[in-house]
Amino acid sequence: MSKILVIAEHADGKLNAGVAKVLAAATQIGGEVDIAVFAVDGAAVAAQAAKLAGVAKVLTINNAVNDHPLAATLAPQIAELAGKGYTHVLFPGTTFGKDVAPRTAAKLGVPQISDVMAVHSATSFDRPVYAGNAIVTVEAPAGTLVATVRLASFNAVAETGSAAVEAATVAGAAPAHTRFVKLEAQKSARPDLQSAAKVVSGGRALGSSENFKVIFDFADKIGAGVGASRAAVDSGYVPNDMQVGQTGKIIAPSLYFAIGISGAIQHLAGIKDAKVIVAINKDADAPIFEVADIGLVGDLFTVVPELQSKM
Amino acid sequence: MKAIVSVKRAVDYNVRIQVKPDGSGVVTEGVKHSMNPFDEIAMEEAVRLKEKGKITEIIAVTIGGAKNEETLRTALAFGATRAIHVKDDGGIEPLTAARALAAIFKKEGAQLLIAGKQAIDDDANQTGQMVAGLLDIAQATFAGKVDIEGNKATVVREVDAGLETLEVDLPAVITADLRLNEPRYLKLPDIMKAKRIAIEATTLAELGVTAAPPVKTLKTTPPPSRSKGVMVKTVDELVAALKAKGLA
Repeated sequence: MSKILVIAEHADGKLNAGVAKVLAAATQIGGEVDIAVFAVDGAAVAAQAAKLAGVAKVLTINNAVNDHPLAATLAPQIAELAGKGYTHVLFPGTTFGKDVAPRTAAKLGVPQISDVMAVHSATSFDRPVYAGNAIVTVEAPAGTLVATVRLASFNAVAETGSAAVEAATVAGAAPAHTRFVKLEAQKSARPDLQSAAKVVSGGRALGSSENFKVIFDFADKIGAGVGASRAAVDSGYVPNDMQVGQTGKIIAPSLYFAIGISGAIQHLAGIKDAKVIVAINKDADAPIFEVADIGLVGDLFTVVPELQSKM
Repeated sequence: MKAIVSVKRAVDYNVRIQVKPDGSGVVTEGVKHSMNPFDEIAMEEAVRLKEKGKITEIIAVTIGGAKNEETLRTALAFGATRAIHVKDDGGIEPLTAARALAAIFKKEGAQLLIAGKQAIDDDANQTGQMVAGLLDIAQATFAGKVDIEGNKATVVREVDAGLETLEVDLPAVITADLRLNEPRYLKLPDIMKAKRIAIEATTLAELGVTAAPPVKTLKTTPPPSRSKGVMVKTVDELVAALKAKGLA
């Protein structure tokens, strides 16, 4: 039987919303599922993790070295914990998971499956390659299976559980070679891009940072998260953490507005799982219209305010 | 100070990927290949660090069959001082590539590995982190800005929450994200000059590396396609269409 260890990503005492989606993948693999919380004091995060449906127990590994989630600190601890009978170690497919998982796999001497998007069995999965333009079904070799889970492919499990929380101990040492300096985070009252039900994204056609107000205003009216194309980020209109696409965030909202976005392949790779895509662009030949469920050709600076007043 | 840059030959990013009808893979024969774009960014960063006098030697390394030599030629045209070709005709797992890179890193006494954060064919995003894990050295992934001062690198990382700054002691692994730099256009004289530089060949066996157990690909399928939607002419029609879907 599988024994699965899910690594809890968290910040400021809050469990990352992606962990509930990793749980969904773990539940599909089947077997016993534990969540590991590496923190200085993981009690608050563990309490949130314990509520997720399907969790057997939550392990807190409290250690002062875990004050920032550094791969060099976490990977040896996770590898040691995994050695206590776990068959699978799962990470969310976030920048955190992508940073830590391969280092853990290297410590364990096993390959890693990146971006699991469907579970066929305990060892067979689907994952995207070529920016999602092909899907491969893979079979992992024997040994501990380390994987990251593509969050857009799974629905969060319910918060109906009440798992036991236990303290666990592994050797943990702060590496002398890596120091956390700072995190410049965009504080926003808007819904989180990766878990929002509605997302409004703007592209190069916005033309400036100031003009992005059109997008923010519309998003606030309908309670949506705000994203951007790579072109808009590269042009400096908005910060990098708003980028939606293969190399940015991969999202799956129920409603997605692509505004002034032409629809480059790499952007489309980030929105393939959106339920309904609405495209607004003045270029009728923009590739975004080939994937949009509803398309409107027009000048965004007149269309979006009008739409805002009518929704 | 020596830096190693790992480079990979991949289907060019402009190619429209076609899945073979028998599900055995994607069409790569007769399709344009070039250096993985993230590796170009890694190469460019290494060359800029050399131009600033922070590093003295850039060793480009690739692993794979004979065709990968063209990728090393590109790396030499960028400004790599040496090129090492680890010849292998099998499918290379990221862990195997990491073992080979770690072996070369140690043998050369390198201080820095700069790698692309992922290759745009298998999208694994693993090799750099694995090298750092195998060597037990610092890693700074998804770099958007790199400053090297003496024995330290300050790296601004593009993470989901924003921008994270890490300070790492060398030796270290840095993986390049999109906004780290904009790779230069290669000039014809540099491309010609690169053709005259000898490429050093080695093998996994010579490096003392055993291949990792393979992750088997059972089949390759095209992604589910989205059906073409409707075009509306006015905002009122758009609102009506959203209402019909229960979304407005």
